[in-house]
Amino acid sequence: MADVKKIATRESYGNALAELGDKYENLVVLDADLAAATKTGIFKKKFPDRFFDCGIAEANMMGVAAGLAACGKVPFASTFAMFAAGRAFEIVRNSIGYPHLNVKIGATHAGISVGEDGATHQCNEDIALMRTIPGMTVINPADDVEAKAAVEAAINYVGPVYMRFGRLAVPVFNDPATYKFELGKGVKLRDGKDISIIATGLMVAEAVTAAEKLAAEGISAEVINIHTIKPIDKEIIAATAQKTGKVLTVEEHSIIGGLGSAVCDVLCECCPTKVVKIGVNDEFGHSGPAAKLLEQFGLCADNIYVTAKEIVK
Amino acid sequence: MDAKEKKALEVTACKVRLGILEGVFNAKSGHPGGSLSIADTLTYLYFNKMNVDPKNPDDPDRDRFVLSKGHTAPALYSVLAQKGYFSTEELKSLRHIGALLQGHPCIHIPGVDMSSGSLGQGISTACGMALAGKTSGKSYKVYTVLGDGEIEEGQVWEASMFAAHYKLDNLVAVVDNNGLQIDGRISDVMSPYPITDKFAAFGWNVVEADAHDFDSIEKAFAAADACKGKPTVIVQKSIKGKGVSFMEDNVSWHGAAPNAEQYEQAKGELEAALAALEA
Repeated sequence: MADVKKIATRESYGNALAELGDKYENLVVLDADLAAATKTGIFKKKFPDRFFDCGIAEANMMGVAAGLAACGKVPFASTFAMFAAGRAFEIVRNSIGYPHLNVKIGATHAGISVGEDGATHQCNEDIALMRTIPGMTVINPADDVEAKAAVEAAINYVGPVYMRFGRLAVPVFNDPATYKFELGKGVKLRDGKDISIIATGLMVAEAVTAAEKLAAEGISAEVINIHTIKPIDKEIIAATAQKTGKVLTVEEHSIIGGLGSAVCDVLCECCPTKVVKIGVNDEFGHSGPAAKLLEQFGLCADNIYVTAKEIVK
Repeated sequence: MDAKEKKALEVTACKVRLGILEGVFNAKSGHPGGSLSIADTLTYLYFNKMNVDPKNPDDPDRDRFVLSKGHTAPALYSVLAQKGYFSTEELKSLRHIGALLQGHPCIHIPGVDMSSGSLGQGISTACGMALAGKTSGKSYKVYTVLGDGEIEEGQVWEASMFAAHYKLDNLVAVVDNNGLQIDGRISDVMSPYPITDKFAAFGWNVVEADAHDFDSIEKAFAAADACKGKPTVIVQKSIKGKGVSFMEDNVSWHGAAPNAEQYEQAKGELEAALAALEA
């Protein structure tokens, strides 16, 4: 995938909002002084009257979004994942989740790929936090095509949605001409019989690369992309586990409460299968270039390849 | 308002207080003190001020109300029952398993515009509603009631900055200044004073009122209507537990239900007040 185009999904988010603004008149965008970084600035430029900066006040922004939704708007509340899911958690739970309001949360700069800003801004806990809220849909798109499609799917779904986007430019591997986003449906990217690699977000492209490397050595890995972590696609997870009997989950998120946990929740009930989780272990991140950090934390094709090989052995 | 209208509001407010008592007594828990302190204001809003219709509760053009001090839900429920959103019988099952009326306001209850109760959040949602009205060119107004202890929450000031910045003159916030919070006098626990100066500094139109005088309440809301380009806050001086002698200005009635004997006494006092008004 070395030659493919790379786009950060936060960029996809901003572009999608700007592109969809004409089609969806009720769409409004909120940000908390991060429009340049979350890329909602692209929307702001095109629709200045439908963009509201809330200043550095994420708790209030989530409440404002709830009020807008209660009066028929489709607000996208945007900030870094750390502040959307972390700082504003209780407001998201009580003012958005409990009344089940039609608020879309666009959380950018998720995971350790935030890079140089370091641990205070590297949110590895957001999926865990958001998936505990009853009725909250949680989406973690893998590339530009999927991210843009996810934004439109979120608009067409009535209810609260948490969307996770990255800062780092990642390969665009989906074909925009044929790609179809189905909320709550996993995507099988590669058929295999020896092991199932279930990945989400920017780890999906890494998983595909790892699978190609494994194939060269005669190991057949099935690759599943779980873009919707909640509600999760139980069928695709159970089917692949039953087929290969070995599951490896990969996510740029804490191994506590994220995709790996969600997959275990599914499998322990329907078909107990050994699951190995690749993610951020129970530790904080630190400063450094994103690519180096991902490598250091084992969130890369090489580590997926080595770990999968070990499991299959 | 004329004398007849004022009397009618006083009668309704008295019935609202009886409903609060009924709800909290049957629930064996809840917050009577702060409910009784806002009974007159809520009665005024729902019976004199707000454009709302229990037969058309989802009208997109209706005025909105958010009870930011959500723990005083018995007052809101009692007013909504009086207004006809649901039967007053519902008040007796407040907080019971399977009941319509939850411990704190829930958006799924007829007439309730927003779930609330985690303090500081209601004013933000009210800001969102007011902003939606502005951007849609609708003329509805949004009302929210906060506790004086509640304004210790930082989110209230985030919202206050927001409301002034976006010139939400279709938003009216009431701060119910009964002077008491769970741990004691607000001035002893964590003083939010001077309340009026703080809101003025945040860019609000500030009005003061006597929470138990309908003429004063009416004047305050009229002042809010007259102000353009700024949100209005009405800081109303109130008495926690107003209307029940042994509950008045007594912090122990913040979150406690009366026993059978206390219930009878309170009911007797309110019924006597009602009889005097209707005489």
